Amino acid sequence: MITNALFSILVFPGFCFLFIFGLAAEFIDRKAYARLQNRVGPPWFQPGADFIKLISKEDVLPEEANPRMFKAMPIFALTAAVTAFFYIPLWTTNAMYSFNGDLIVVLYLLTIPTLTFFLGGWYSTSLYSKIGAVRSLTQLFAYEVPMLMSILAPALLAGTWSLSEMSLFYSQHPWYWLSNMLGFGIALISLLGKLEKVPFDIPEAETEIVAGTFTEYSGRLFGLFRLGIDIENVVGASLLAAVYLPFGITSLPILSFAIYLCKVIFIILLMTLMRSLFARFRIDQMLDFCWRFLSPLAFVQVLLSLALKGFIAK
Amino acid sequence: MKNVVIPIGPQHPALKEPESFNVMLSGERIMAFSARLGYNHRGIEKACEDRTYTQDVYLTERICGICSHSHSTCFVQAVEEIAGAVVSKRALYIRTLIGELERVHSHLLWLGVAGHEVGFDTLLMYTWRDREVVMDILALLTGNRVNYGINTIGGVRRDVAPAQAKQVLKAVNTLEERTKYYIEVATQEATLINRLSGVGILPKEDAIALGAVGPTARASGVDRDVRRDDPYAAYDEMAFKVITDGHCDVYGRTLVRMGELMESYKIIRQVLEKMPEGPLTVKVPRKIPAGEAVSRYEAPRGEDVHYVKSNGTEKPERVKVRAPTLANMQNVSKMLEDRQLADLPIVIAAIDPCFSCTDRTTLINDMSGKETKSMSWPDLRLHGIEWYRSQGIDFSKLNKKLAERADRV
Repeated sequence: MITNALFSILVFPGFCFLFIFGLAAEFIDRKAYARLQNRVGPPWFQPGADFIKLISKEDVLPEEANPRMFKAMPIFALTAAVTAFFYIPLWTTNAMYSFNGDLIVVLYLLTIPTLTFFLGGWYSTSLYSKIGAVRSLTQLFAYEVPMLMSILAPALLAGTWSLSEMSLFYSQHPWYWLSNMLGFGIALISLLGKLEKVPFDIPEAETEIVAGTFTEYSGRLFGLFRLGIDIENVVGASLLAAVYLPFGITSLPILSFAIYLCKVIFIILLMTLMRSLFARFRIDQMLDFCWRFLSPLAFVQVLLSLALKGFIAK
Repeated sequence: MKNVVIPIGPQHPALKEPESFNVMLSGERIMAFSARLGYNHRGIEKACEDRTYTQDVYLTERICGICSHSHSTCFVQAVEEIAGAVVSKRALYIRTLIGELERVHSHLLWLGVAGHEVGFDTLLMYTWRDREVVMDILALLTGNRVNYGINTIGGVRRDVAPAQAKQVLKAVNTLEERTKYYIEVATQEATLINRLSGVGILPKEDAIALGAVGPTARASGVDRDVRRDDPYAAYDEMAFKVITDGHCDVYGRTLVRMGELMESYKIIRQVLEKMPEGPLTVKVPRKIPAGEAVSRYEAPRGEDVHYVKSNGTEKPERVKVRAPTLANMQNVSKMLEDRQLADLPIVIAAIDPCFSCTDRTTLINDMSGKETKSMSWPDLRLHGIEWYRSQGIDFSKLNKKLAERADRV
């Protein structure tokens, strides 16, 4: 029992799987991004090579930084992202662990990496890091509301707070997921904000504040941060796949697994496409956009789900 | 966060050349901005006095990596004016051709940089890919991609063969098509327009008062272009429009540059069509008679001015360069008034700065009557350490640490 649990946490579908899938997803993202920009792009092993190189390098700690916080933050980011994965149903209707309310837990576990960006940036005391840290927190307040609301809508339709039960509901009622497509778009855009990717890479805008939060990070710690972001990428895409694209769960595990991979890669490619199409927002424009467009739209999605639920109940 | 001063430069990813800007921020808002030039001074003006006129042509060409032809043409024109040389029409046409091709590559480069500064890397990759077309054409015509070495005193060094002209025309057609596409992108892509319009406002009066030049001035509605107002090379025989714009912001500057690209293609076609026959060079004596001349040239970034004073020998007495960035630099702090930090890179980039061209040293005269002295290298080093210490940056601890580590090893 314990060995089983340990195996699933550490190896499959836990950490090791996420590690490989995260790096693979980074490769797919970078390669597709490069091809969209008419570049050749990196070879398949590039993300892994980057990681190994970073891990083998010396950590440089700023003299002014708080060493404990500075060192702990990348580990927190990584752990939070990995933990969130255990509550998401992947290629079966059952997640590894589930309870009523795990939807909220997953969303908040996915918020922790952003908080670590803030704390890591703040405690590294560099000016660029501090500005980046404040920006990532400001951004958090902008995208978190539409994200939560748009994920709430399918949950309302399913009448449950548990991701596994939602998955079960949608597999019993196929085609209901089509009513959530507006929410899918909103959640995808919010996820770009969460992952700090163009057009929402404001906290690490290279041309303004060097690397934002990560300016002072190097070596192993930076490698862990990068890995954390890669894994968050996959976990976020898996969450969206589980909530909005809950089809393709067959009795054949391998087929279901393949469909799951396709869904996640599809979402990652969508994000890559958006990343290559837009210019970076300014922080005030980002707040404006999230509050004036995304939040009302997410609200519309919630109303839509409620109306549909009322209609079905009749 | 209370007001903080953040350094942009001398080393910063937004800057391609070392230059120091200090920005005082309140949150994201820029409260004060100061620029310090002088990190890239190379003493080219002084070096010119030590070399012959012919050598100086190649030296002035190296003032700028992008508008190299502008500087060398500007210098050559001044020398030819002093010497009273009448350059053949064909040579003037070839200078015009290279000058316009250079403008094309510079403006395409600028569009890519602007895209990068606002986080739109796809635009950067696309424009720089297409810029290769014009770079290849420049290499075909002159043998080099950047420092063309086509000018010489009294003419040009290479001819344009009819087969080459055909290739240039073909490339211009491709580029024209691509530029139309970029105009479409710049005028329709919402996130890009959001980042550009209303940013870095420079009203017409300020542009005139602060002496803006080139596309920066023209985007503020100042109708000024040396190519039309004081024609040099073969521009008096070319039909082209001077593009101006009333937006007064970065968006306007983008539109002006895109419009100028389209005009450049027109000029290139006319040059190739009308190019007269004639010799490439006329003989100019090695020793230039005493005299002085000012030469103006509309570089891609704005008006470039060279002043040359000769003393009858084969070396100039004085060469003075006023690169367009120096004129535009004063406008940046005006443009940044009441803006956000996120706008800073694009506002600086929008004047298309070229710091190394513009850099100069300042000599401060001691008013108490003490003599100015030159510093030896160790003195200068000590002065540097003291200066940084007075700024609160002390490396002595670090030095000690490093020395200890070296001892241990």
